[in-house]
Amino acid sequence: MELVEAALAGNRRAIARLITRIENDGDDAHASLSQIYPYTGQAHIVGITGAPGTGKSTLVNELAKAFRAANRQVGVIAVDPTSPFSGGAILGDRVRMRDLAGDSGVFVRSMATRGSLGGLARATADAIKVLDAAGFEVVIVETVGAGQSEVEIAETAHTVVVVEAPGMGDEVQAIKAGILEIADVFAVNKADREGADRTAAALEMMLDLDQTPSSQTRSASRIVIHHGQLMEVAQHPPHSTATGPDVPNDVSASRRWRPIVVKTIALRGDGIPELIQAIADHRQYLETSNELAHRNRIRLTNELEHILRDELMDQLLKKIDPSILVSLMTQVADRELDPYTAARQLLKNSYKGKRQRRSGDA
Amino acid sequence: MSKYHPTAKQKIRVLVAKPGLDGHDRGAKVVARALRDAGMEVIYTGLRQTPEMIAEAALQEDVDVIGLSVLSGAHTVLLPRIVELLRQNDMSDVLVIAGGIIPDEDVPLLKEAGVHGTFGPGTLTEDIVKFIQEHVRE
Repeated sequence: MELVEAALAGNRRAIARLITRIENDGDDAHASLSQIYPYTGQAHIVGITGAPGTGKSTLVNELAKAFRAANRQVGVIAVDPTSPFSGGAILGDRVRMRDLAGDSGVFVRSMATRGSLGGLARATADAIKVLDAAGFEVVIVETVGAGQSEVEIAETAHTVVVVEAPGMGDEVQAIKAGILEIADVFAVNKADREGADRTAAALEMMLDLDQTPSSQTRSASRIVIHHGQLMEVAQHPPHSTATGPDVPNDVSASRRWRPIVVKTIALRGDGIPELIQAIADHRQYLETSNELAHRNRIRLTNELEHILRDELMDQLLKKIDPSILVSLMTQVADRELDPYTAARQLLKNSYKGKRQRRSGDA
Repeated sequence: MSKYHPTAKQKIRVLVAKPGLDGHDRGAKVVARALRDAGMEVIYTGLRQTPEMIAEAALQEDVDVIGLSVLSGAHTVLLPRIVELLRQNDMSDVLVIAGGIIPDEDVPLLKEAGVHGTFGPGTLTEDIVKFIQEHVRE
């Protein structure tokens, strides 16, 4: 595995090829990942998300420059959507990141979602691992232009920056569920435009509402798997939950993180030092509050669950006879069978196949 | 099935760039869009790129193809320089194609320098797609 060793040593060509190998999910992808895994866990992963056109890429460009000025190695992963029709993609985030060219302390990689819907690609978490293991101290992940519910970045990053721009909606937008709930830092970008103060005020109002006593119990909760999904429950649940040993969680209400709202004008670099400071403050909070271990645990649990689901699905599809699948699909299309019953039949069939093979072996 | 079949996990990755100083990227965008519709992943880098920027982006993005558009007349200088930088990066197996305003008499020189295909005004985008699919490294 020369490629892995070269990537770990920081060879840029090797890093690039390793990411491709992982993205294409070839036979050697898993082996490479297990080799680099022990070297991961060092980088601060910063997620940048927000609606299309709010200025995410320009902001990433400025953030990367600022981290570089502080002499930190920066990896950037910029995700853009894959066409659901052709499978192709236009990855255009580099257009706004031209300032980063010619600096060997920066590595920028564009990724297409390849069918994933949560705002990231399936391989994004693994590409982060490659950059992390190769020695990049900060990894900035820019999501696709997100709507209200592309919140996968919250499971992937340590610090999530949600980028807003003025004129995107009223106060009701600010209290809706979804993307606004995942922010650790808000950047109100294009702050020279009319309405920036109002947008910032609406966010502050939302955050003030969030400091009510009832929501403070959120910090004194823990994550369990429930109905196949990760959920937060109140502290001290029975020990039979799937998360295993207790995660220490002594985040008291007074020390809970309140997201910071920063106004920026990315094109001019205005507000960038404040944004960097807010990200650093959040990192500090994560480290001093036990929240870092907590988040890492949630992230890894989610990752494991995704991998399990993918592998199970692959195994299952291999076991199902295509002709049975086609005939069931026809019955569903003709309204002779409902999709739930069809799915159960397929499952039952695949188990039966396995048992038959076993008895045949014996 | 080719490893680049539309349903395969592996995609053809193409860097589309405009080296040099002319500011006209309509053609580059049309080609980028056509390649996207052919199922390729197109990394679009925009205007006024130096050969060094292009070679570096190609390396970081690990592309299979580089499509370069030049309308300034500087192609005989810029394109060989890019190919040379790719060679230095051990990326000689990357397919390099060029479009824009390239006089016929310059084509042999560019071929000699390592540009695999040139596509002038009036080219059908499907011809570019076909050329890439036939010549990209397997």
